[in-house]
Amino acid sequence: MSDGIEGDASVSDERERAFNERLDRSLKIEPTNWMPDAYRKTLVRQISQHAHSEIVGMLPEGNWITRAPSLQRKLILLAKVQDEAGHGLYLYSAAETLGTPRDEMVAALHAGKAKYSSIFNYPTLQWADVGAIGWLVDGAAIINQIPITRCSYGPYARAMVRICKEESFHQRQGFDIMWTLAHGTPEQHAMAQDALDRWWWPAVMMFGPPDTDSTHNEQSLRWKIKLFTNDELRQKFIDQTVPQAEQLGLVIPDPHLRWNAEKEHYEIGSIDWDEFYRVIRGDGPCNKDRLQTRIEAWEEGAWVREAAAEYARKRGAQSASP
Amino acid sequence: MIATARDPRVEYVMRLGDNALVLAQRLCAWIAHAPVMEEDVALANVSLDLFGQARLWLGYAGELEGAGRDEDHFAFHRAASGFRNVLLVERPNGDFAATTVRGYFFDLWSYLALGELARSRDERIAAIAGKTRKETAYHLRRSEDWLIRLGDGTPESHARTQHAVNDLWRYTGEPFLRDEIDAAMLDAGVGFDPATLLDPWNERVRSAFSAATLAIPSDPWMQRGGKSGLHTEQLSYLLAEMQALPRSMPEAAW
Repeated sequence: MSDGIEGDASVSDERERAFNERLDRSLKIEPTNWMPDAYRKTLVRQISQHAHSEIVGMLPEGNWITRAPSLQRKLILLAKVQDEAGHGLYLYSAAETLGTPRDEMVAALHAGKAKYSSIFNYPTLQWADVGAIGWLVDGAAIINQIPITRCSYGPYARAMVRICKEESFHQRQGFDIMWTLAHGTPEQHAMAQDALDRWWWPAVMMFGPPDTDSTHNEQSLRWKIKLFTNDELRQKFIDQTVPQAEQLGLVIPDPHLRWNAEKEHYEIGSIDWDEFYRVIRGDGPCNKDRLQTRIEAWEEGAWVREAAAEYARKRGAQSASP
Repeated sequence: MIATARDPRVEYVMRLGDNALVLAQRLCAWIAHAPVMEEDVALANVSLDLFGQARLWLGYAGELEGAGRDEDHFAFHRAASGFRNVLLVERPNGDFAATTVRGYFFDLWSYLALGELARSRDERIAAIAGKTRKETAYHLRRSEDWLIRLGDGTPESHARTQHAVNDLWRYTGEPFLRDEIDAAMLDAGVGFDPATLLDPWNERVRSAFSAATLAIPSDPWMQRGGKSGLHTEQLSYLLAEMQALPRSMPEAAW
């Protein structure tokens, strides 16, 4: 493991020992602390991926802002999507503390080199999808993210505290949309069921591949970037969500779903991992559209960013002149 | 649908609400498509404020009318001819320059108008104007800032901004025209004379344009009609998108 200082193994060992000791004592690693390159790289990958998910995640719900069915719903949805932009900004900032500029991360996204949560490659076909995203996708995100508030990297952990508070509001707004639809007209109830049918499995897959196949699990657990395994978090989500679906009077689209009284957990049918990997590879229903939309926004905005930079340059030149 | 014998305040307050509603609806379409992420946040803020303003005005219009129409009824169940916003706010988003220029023209008018309405004899109008003027002061600061940056930025941003100005200038006369509703509200001490805002509006525009190195068009013809329900073609598309869902299930609650 290189630390940039060549030929002095004892300095390197000493720094690594100090780093590991901080981890063992559950102290935060801060941007000014020495850290192994691989730790830094893993964090940049994870945090930027998380930031991209927030930004790309604005698109499926953003679809429905202009078409929300009441002013109240419209305001809430607009505020929620705005929160996601804010989350993206905190997260890019957290990643920047590790030395990678935002533009570089965004360029990696646009070049198709960086990943974002695959869930956003599914379409929002009708209004209830906005409810299902809030309820299921944000519900899953919270379960994934709450442990990160205790992760070892300080800026990431602190960004997640605020993000989780807002996410829990988002989850409730989603549930509230589903509740209203499920208790509305028969047509509205059918909309809610249709959305659950399409979003359930993708939400279950959000926790990533099973522990047996997950490549990053072990190292990330040791570094305290990850505190629970994919399957542990997935189980938590299922146990939490099944009773909520019952409250809503909606049916989870899984004939094998059953309560295991002995284990005190729900058991689900088998997950279609072929679909999961297919969507990750780029063949989900919306992968191309999502990325293209982000690229277009970026490219169409280039002249605005150039104008702002040029204006700032002129002002700077003016104030610098006598 | 519109009773002529009703309190002219209904019409008057509807105009204020519709201006805010239609511009808010235009702006919210930018979210996730802005030139930088910070602008996604900023445009969402302005849109949120304007939707909030629309709810206050339309809620009050419904109360004054007393016919059981609430904010959502006004927003989702009126045809274009029932809307009373000025034409300016319904103009399409276009590029970021067009959105900025449209916003600047409206924000400045709105800021001046709300200053007058804050002194209205109608306490509710005065209260809403007092609250919303603070938000509008921020909108104006932001749109003026961008106007100057884009005008005095690069040759491309200058050309785009001047183009937007030339395109939108013809919609800047209508807000200052006084009709019988304005006259009735002026007489009642509820409203103000819109013509009196023209000089301060022009003065600030001249100063901002000078900083932005933009030229004021000389085209004298000013389009009008929105305040009495005669709109441009673009409004019905905006409404078709906004109203589709509640109109498709009129018996549903959301």
